Amino acid sequence: MPDMHTYWSTIAPAAPEMYLTAAICAILLIDVFAGGARRPRLTGTLTLLALAIGAWVAIEFGAVGERTVLFDGLYVADPLALVLKLSALLFVAVALLYSRPYMERRRIAGGEYYVLALTALLGIFVLASAANLLTLYIGVELLALSLYAMIAFDRESPVSAEAAIKYFVLGSIASGMLLYGISLVYGLTGTLALDEIAQRLTTEPSLGMVIGVAFVVVAIAFKFGAVPFHMWVPDVYHGAPTAVTLLISTAPKFAYFALAYRLLSQGLDGVSATWTQMIAVLAVLSLIVGNVFAIAQENLKRMLAYSAIANVGFILLGFTTGTTSGYQAALYYTIVYVLMTLGSFGVILLASRRDFEADQLDDYKGLHARDPMLALSMLMLMFSTAGVPPFVGFWAKLAIFEALWEAGSLWLVVIGALASVVGAFYYIRVVKLMYFDDAPAQPRGDAGRSLRFVLGLNAFAALALGVVPGALIDLCRSVLG
Amino acid sequence: MQGLGILSALVWLPIAGGVAVLALGDRRIAAARWLALIAAIATVALTIPLWIGFDRGTAEFQFVERLPWITAFNSWYHLGVDGISLPLIVLTAVMTVPVIIASWKVIETRPAQYYAAFLIMAGLMIGVFAAIDGLLFYFFWEAMLIPMFLIIGVWGGPRRVYATFKFFLYTFLGSVLMLVALIYLYVQGGDYSLRALHELPLTLVEQRWIFLAFLAAFAVKVPMWPVHTWLPDAHVEAPTGGSVILAAIMLKMGGYGFLRFSLPITPDASRELDWLMIALSLIAVVYISLVALVQTDMKKLIAYSSIAHMGFVTLGAFIAWDIADSTGALRGAAMGLDGAMVQMVSHGLVSGAMFLCVGVMYDRVHSREISAYGGVINTMPKFAGFMVFFSLANAGVPGTSGFVGEFLVIIASFKANFWYAFLVATILILGAAYTLWLVKRVIYGPVANEHVAQMPDLNRQELLVLGSLAVLVLLLGVWPAPLLDVMHSSIHHLVEQMTTSKLPL
Repeated sequence: MPDMHTYWSTIAPAAPEMYLTAAICAILLIDVFAGGARRPRLTGTLTLLALAIGAWVAIEFGAVGERTVLFDGLYVADPLALVLKLSALLFVAVALLYSRPYMERRRIAGGEYYVLALTALLGIFVLASAANLLTLYIGVELLALSLYAMIAFDRESPVSAEAAIKYFVLGSIASGMLLYGISLVYGLTGTLALDEIAQRLTTEPSLGMVIGVAFVVVAIAFKFGAVPFHMWVPDVYHGAPTAVTLLISTAPKFAYFALAYRLLSQGLDGVSATWTQMIAVLAVLSLIVGNVFAIAQENLKRMLAYSAIANVGFILLGFTTGTTSGYQAALYYTIVYVLMTLGSFGVILLASRRDFEADQLDDYKGLHARDPMLALSMLMLMFSTAGVPPFVGFWAKLAIFEALWEAGSLWLVVIGALASVVGAFYYIRVVKLMYFDDAPAQPRGDAGRSLRFVLGLNAFAALALGVVPGALIDLCRSVLG
Repeated sequence: MQGLGILSALVWLPIAGGVAVLALGDRRIAAARWLALIAAIATVALTIPLWIGFDRGTAEFQFVERLPWITAFNSWYHLGVDGISLPLIVLTAVMTVPVIIASWKVIETRPAQYYAAFLIMAGLMIGVFAAIDGLLFYFFWEAMLIPMFLIIGVWGGPRRVYATFKFFLYTFLGSVLMLVALIYLYVQGGDYSLRALHELPLTLVEQRWIFLAFLAAFAVKVPMWPVHTWLPDAHVEAPTGGSVILAAIMLKMGGYGFLRFSLPITPDASRELDWLMIALSLIAVVYISLVALVQTDMKKLIAYSSIAHMGFVTLGAFIAWDIADSTGALRGAAMGLDGAMVQMVSHGLVSGAMFLCVGVMYDRVHSREISAYGGVINTMPKFAGFMVFFSLANAGVPGTSGFVGEFLVIIASFKANFWYAFLVATILILGAAYTLWLVKRVIYGPVANEHVAQMPDLNRQELLVLGSLAVLVLLLGVWPAPLLDVMHSSIHHLVEQMTTSKLPL
């Protein structure tokens, strides 16, 4: 069958998405028919297996030497897409590892949980490879709908339901904004393909285009959770079951990075002067509001939510440059941030027990005495997020500062630097609680040994990538060249 | 390109030792303690070939190691020593040993972590002095905050949390501004290597801003008036070992930063703003000495005395141009810098020893208040001898190392301007006043109370520690030539860098 073979070779780079779709269907069916008490366990194991195979598929078929456009310009396979997909795969897999015992002990781990995680991952894949406004939109919706459902997964919890509704309503508005912005861009350029939009945007932008760009930027800001479109972040982070918070605070960031990069830096590059200014305002506000509000929090999940807002400010700072080195720094920052956030929420999961949610800051008092290994991991992750060497968070901030300096944005550098000093306060406060305060009598978390090993590895990665940061920085540079 | 060598061993041996001690943990504390001591002594042993093999005739970096680190930022794992960093590396290694011995029996909470923190910090501090790549320097410079934050926070006094947060945030703020300046220099020159930064031409406006950014980092570390307020708090709350390392080494990093970064990278701005630095230094010497006089807490008194003594370092560094202008010769300028360096080493030994002395008393009576003591000489004659000796060294009495540094700086200030010398020489009176008054109230007189009457004299460990430090102070005081000899070429080179304008013609 030579024809079949030729046809396959033209669509092979899209194999990761095809594989993932098939895997989702298969797991869903198995989940339905397997039945019995072991059902969630089986589905969980199958999901992790599917992710492992997915990594192989992505490397085998998705690794293209150069940019390849498929399906009449709807889909693109390039090194950036591959890196984003592999990162998302890895982090979703670790997130599921962390969350599995947590969900099972609370008896809220239906098989659907894993299937929804996989559909969210598919959304991330689609976004990472989007070459057309429609593909982009499909990816955004696929991801968002999966997340809405996951947040509401704990049916018994009114807080979760509230968070899900809030996210759903605001998310729908953001989708509307995105659609409206996209339609303006389409109307003014006459095409949906990002490549062609870029080619046609050569003159000064018209007023309509400026409005369209503004709507697109608002939608991106909402997805990222940048100020002033951040209202949902603390409530959702707080309200969702911690295992779900872990998931929504990590891998989807890659999707939003792809959204911002594909849409702004590739499609709307011609009018970058318009959107870099908007992004700069969003970034500065996020840095200030995120860091200042985080200080006042008494709930660790909420604190990490405001920390997420502040860190998104840093990622957006990379975009304000409108230069390749800025995007490279933003990509590096995103990967590093997700790595650290994964660990921080992992600590919450591991410190919790079946009947006890360790999400108040005070729950971490004297953690050092109860559980030295968990405390040490958290210490490393907190210092890393604060941007103190020898941890990797420092290099992420450095890369952003360097890109900003190259672009000559003195004030953004200074604001970013001062914001990181303010931010350091609440991160080291967690260290203070764990190490300097006396422990109230409390049992430790009931997580298994292998899980603790994974968390230790996660924290160690923050150290190792900080001492030897070269390879990851080079990778981020090479995929965005 | 050169591979790993003795400098890497100096940096990583204590860190590896610290990790090993941490792994042994509190349950095998006897083994952990010995391991910590062995690692500290091995580090000192490693400095011996460094000191012997060092070529005194050149200002070039020696024992250079250069391996690729972050190619994307053109930053290298680049280590090397010259006459300015070598004495400070040796000082760091030497001062870590007494810290570990002094805490042998005293530290009861989480001792393994305590030793580990100090060993890791020693490695990082040696890294600061040995790094000759700007980014690598910053890496070590900042990383050191973490162990110090924990040392003050875990083993400190009642207000330790306040003190350690103040310490961390103060120094972090200063450092971040330095980082911003470093990145700017990299963007301009495309290279983080120290030699490249030294040679990078910069306009006066650029130099001014960079100088101020560096000043933010180094002035906080030194610390200079008016950003010194974190130091007394940190010192008072820190455990004895923490105070020793803080005073002996960490403050030196600020002085080292001026000599290594500010002066050679921004010579024209340093020259233009030297009045500011001289003024701040003189305020530190005169005003802070007066503040020291009225302290009722022994550690606070020594902390303020440290600030005053570090004023000599900054003064010695920044009067070079005034000397060159008024004498027309560069040789005099080198004298101020020589004095600054000797003062740093001497102050490291003397203030470290003073804090150890206070620690000895604190372990027995659990008070740092001067008024809680009196007549200690009656119950602790051996200790009293050491305390008096180190106090005299702190006051700069001839024959001790304290005299050499102060004398060089005072003579150099005479060459620059009579009034500088007049003001700075007041420390001979004020310094003598606060230290000797301290000695009078604590050591002499009748036995003040029951607690003092029951103080046992020095045990073997304490005797060993204080004795060896006393030997070093005396040796440096009567025969400073080996130290001056090591520094000579590098100081000379630094004077040349300082007096060569970087401005484009």
